[in-house]
Amino acid sequence: MQAFVVVLTVFVLAMFVGWMVITKVPPLLHTPLMSGSNAVSGITIIGAMLSIATPSHISTVLGFVAIVFATINVVGGFVVTNRMLAMFKKKD
Amino acid sequence: MNPAFINLAYLVASVLFIVCFIELSHPRTAVRGNILGALGMLLAVVATLVDKGILAGGQQAYLIIFGGVVVGSILGAMLALMVKMTAMPQMVALLNGFGGGASVLVAGAALHDAVRPGMLPPTLQLTVATVLSGLIGGVTFWGSLVAFDKLQEFLLPGRPILFKGQQLLNIVLGLVIVGLGVLIVMEPGDQWAYWALVGVASVLGILLTIPIGGADMPVAIALLNSYSGLAGAATGFVLNNNVLIIAGSLVGASGIILSQIMCKAMNRSLANVLMGGIEAGAAGAPKADDVYAGKVKSATAEEIAMLFDNASRVVIVPGYGMAVSQAQHAVRDLTNLLGAKGIDVEFAIHPVAGRMPGHMNVLLAEADIPYDKLKEMDEINPSFQQTDVAIVIGANDVVNPLARTDPNCAIAGMPILDVDKARTVVVIKRSLSPGFAGIPNPLFAMDNTLMFFSDGKKAITDLIAAVKEAS
Repeated sequence: MQAFVVVLTVFVLAMFVGWMVITKVPPLLHTPLMSGSNAVSGITIIGAMLSIATPSHISTVLGFVAIVFATINVVGGFVVTNRMLAMFKKKD
Repeated sequence: MNPAFINLAYLVASVLFIVCFIELSHPRTAVRGNILGALGMLLAVVATLVDKGILAGGQQAYLIIFGGVVVGSILGAMLALMVKMTAMPQMVALLNGFGGGASVLVAGAALHDAVRPGMLPPTLQLTVATVLSGLIGGVTFWGSLVAFDKLQEFLLPGRPILFKGQQLLNIVLGLVIVGLGVLIVMEPGDQWAYWALVGVASVLGILLTIPIGGADMPVAIALLNSYSGLAGAATGFVLNNNVLIIAGSLVGASGIILSQIMCKAMNRSLANVLMGGIEAGAAGAPKADDVYAGKVKSATAEEIAMLFDNASRVVIVPGYGMAVSQAQHAVRDLTNLLGAKGIDVEFAIHPVAGRMPGHMNVLLAEADIPYDKLKEMDEINPSFQQTDVAIVIGANDVVNPLARTDPNCAIAGMPILDVDKARTVVVIKRSLSPGFAGIPNPLFAMDNTLMFFSDGKKAITDLIAAVKEAS
């Protein structure tokens, strides 16, 4: 129970930080915001790596596929966001 | 390695993610922000490599991780580098799906490990969070694939797919999921129940996405974005891992905010959008014949080009039609040409123009239009009265004055771009066919409106030729 309250605290506070920070993003950048946040949600890759580290073959297979999925998410997300953001220029 | 060091690295990664989002709030800092986010991810991954479980797995564990990362990186980079800017909504939908799918698999693996013989019974936190990961992840994965398909119009049409008893079926599926969820919590050893739950959640994900039509896609994509984050956060609860919880909830919050903004920009509730409700309200609108009969004036490129002779301010209003006809580069050329004649040209961007939040901005930025020329609705609306020519290209519902005047129509109360206040309005459109809301647009029949019936890209190219000819 104690451990749960700790992670719950982290969750609630992180939601608040997310709320405060992201309301400041202007509509101009909403698409890069989505693809960038998409890449961040690929953080599940950490969980996928940890599930390799067990003796069970089933977990290893699930973990491997999860790593592939999450990496597509991470690499695809950050690269495409970078590509988009590089196009936003001010008048020179 | 001492787990405290790994957790410290996770803390730094979490801070980098937050800084990434802070910097994404301005185009000047956004590129750096994105790179910081990627660095945070790299740090988290490298720190996890020295986790004692993975160290114990030895060479084999590292080979599997390395192999997965290489395969995923190649696929991800290929997708990201090859995708066209007009296809960005599909791309984001697809990436959302992969995130959700990964959460399903990780939670499934964690449950499998937790119920191995000789292990202590799993905690309530683990089982409940596993159920949530399976549910949200399954809905996200299949919902995103359907959204991808509808945007691509590959197998399914873009319009809403509704059938009798749809809501009832969704409720039944929801109850089955609750039942399976309770079973998993009571008897975690019954792993089949988890995969059955994922299966039912997958069907639910498909059924929840098919009623969402083309122009409502921005909401669906924002929502799926939020789900992919929440699925990651739920997996964080499964593994008791803070960095998953923090990153997942940041993304969850982001998606929720965006879907709220989109709903507000259409004056509709989230429930209404999710049920494909716009068709139900269409009955209140006037008949197209009554609105258009004898009042629509059509003009040629030469006639429109003459309008620019005495103009000092032009506002261009892009919509999804501009993306479809790939007209953004031609629009840029026209903008430069008018700019050279001393005309002030700006762009009016409605929050739900296109198929995802910010879609038009990305397309125009791709065509090298400076971002300070791209104006939000609230900022540009008061200036239409001082605008000589407003050019609407491929937009319809977002410039329909019925939203202001007809409380019974499908878009009643939706904030619109006030192009009708401009001195002259030029609407580039292939025909008088209605937009997504299925209602006629009195703007097309107004005294100060000229219709230019043509494909978007061809119309702009013809216009450029006519302006050059005249000068």
